Amino acid sequence: MNRLSIRNIKLVSLMTVALLIGIFSTSGSAEYGDVVINNYSDAEGMRPVIFPHWFHRIRYRCKTCHADLGFKLKSGGNDITMAKIIDGQYCGGCHNGEIAWAVENCDICHSGIPGTPTQVHGDTSKPAINKKR
Amino acid sequence: MKKSYTILLLTMLMGINSFVVKAETSNEASNKGVSNVNSFNRLLKKESKTNPPPMEDGIHDADNPGTALLQAPATAFETLDKSKHGNHINWVSSLDAAKIAPRWDRSDPTIQPIVFDLNIIREVKGSMPNVIYPHKAHTEWLDCSNCHPDIFIPQKGANQISMASIMLGEKCGVCHGTVAFPVTTSTCSLCHTQSKGNVQLPRSQASNSQ
Ligand code: HEC
Ligand code: HEC
Ligand code: HEC
Repeated sequence: MNRLSIRNIKLVSLMTVALLIGIFSTSGSAEYGDVVINNYSDAEGMRPVIFPHWFHRIRYRCKTCHADLGFKLKSGGNDITMAKIIDGQYCGGCHNGEIAWAVENCDICHSGIPGTPTQVHGDTSKPAINKKR
Repeated sequence: MKKSYTILLLTMLMGINSFVVKAETSNEASNKGVSNVNSFNRLLKKESKTNPPPMEDGIHDADNPGTALLQAPATAFETLDKSKHGNHINWVSSLDAAKIAPRWDRSDPTIQPIVFDLNIIREVKGSMPNVIYPHKAHTEWLDCSNCHPDIFIPQKGANQISMASIMLGEKCGVCHGTVAFPVTTSTCSLCHTQSKGNVQLPRSQASNSQ
């Protein structure tokens, strides 16, 4: 394959990505940056968790969660469990009855429509191609 | 050769953009005789209501008692600077204007970030303006360890960045497209800010003969 046709393929795929993004990027209706976390909830008979970035970033810089509390930048990528939360990790670093309301308010976090998969909303890359994770 | 492809790509991007804008207005007209199966925009989804309340956003369960307790984004955003993308909020200017006061430390509201003011200029091929990456706006929110060294190697020239990888959620695309303002056909100019002056665009055979 000569250099030109390799470049052609690259360009055509980039254009396809751009085209698909153009078509689909406006289709999501949930608030941008809302993360559905559903590694275990459905299987355990709880509604999936919805984490609103917009609400938290009004109160905290990204650093508090993504550096200090060690949340990895990957939805569903943190293997969060209630045991860890009660132990003060992840959401439990704040939702402990001191900084923010405590874990007994189950349905404020577990508020998603059952069956909603783990995902971040408004993700422009999602509809075009499945992200390499 | 390369340049003409860039222009083709740009034209396409702009084409999509104006298509979207046009569709949003022309869709209003109703053609009574035309069957629904032949609706004008079959696959193009009109931009749904921005900042929908949790009850209507398609992911929150309206039957869940806790859902009614949640704040609606539009209520929280009322006093913040607006934008046309993502949350439809300009988070950086809202922070700079002290319209929000997000904590840097989980429990001590007095601790302030150490802001690093260094612009990195990335020269871009073709006619697209160069990219100026501002450390300032980023270190107001993030810790160095959020990006270095996992996403970007902290060494000049060590990082290959392409639009394709960004759109696939790598490099800048880890956050831009998920939480920070997204990469869409209308946000190019937010990053491509440094004009190259008078770029000589390649001309077609037809215009050469004039
Ligand atoms: C601060 C937010 C928050 C609150 C409050 C909360 N949870 Fe969770 N919970 C989570 C997150 C995040 C997960 C991980 C979700 C997943 O991956 O499916 C989770 C997971 C779970 C799971 C599955 C995993 C496991 O640990 O067994 C169960 C069951 C669960 N929660 C029950 C509850 C109950 C019952 C309550 C109320 C007493 C509650 N949760 C309150 C955030 C919360
Ligand atoms: C209050 C805590 C908190 C704050 C503040 C916060 N995040 Fe997050 N972030 C999370 C959680 C929780 C997740 C989902 C993790 C999971 O599902 O395991 C997440 C996920 C992400 C992801 C991954 C999205 C994907 O592609 O899957 C990105 C990127 C991200 N956050 C960026 C940011 C940025 C940028 C900021 C600052 C503007 C920020 N976050 C502020 C808690 C936070
Ligand atoms: C850095 C601290 C911090 C972390 C970590 C954190 N939260 Fe929160 N969260 C808060 C604070 C503060 C509030 C506001 C409390 C109040 O209104 O009294 C809040 C409120 C909320 C709300 C209610 C928003 C509303 O509309 O009122 C939800 C839902 C929520 N958090 C979910 C989560 C989940 C799920 C996690 C973990 C994935 C998490 N939070 C992690 C600090 C945090």
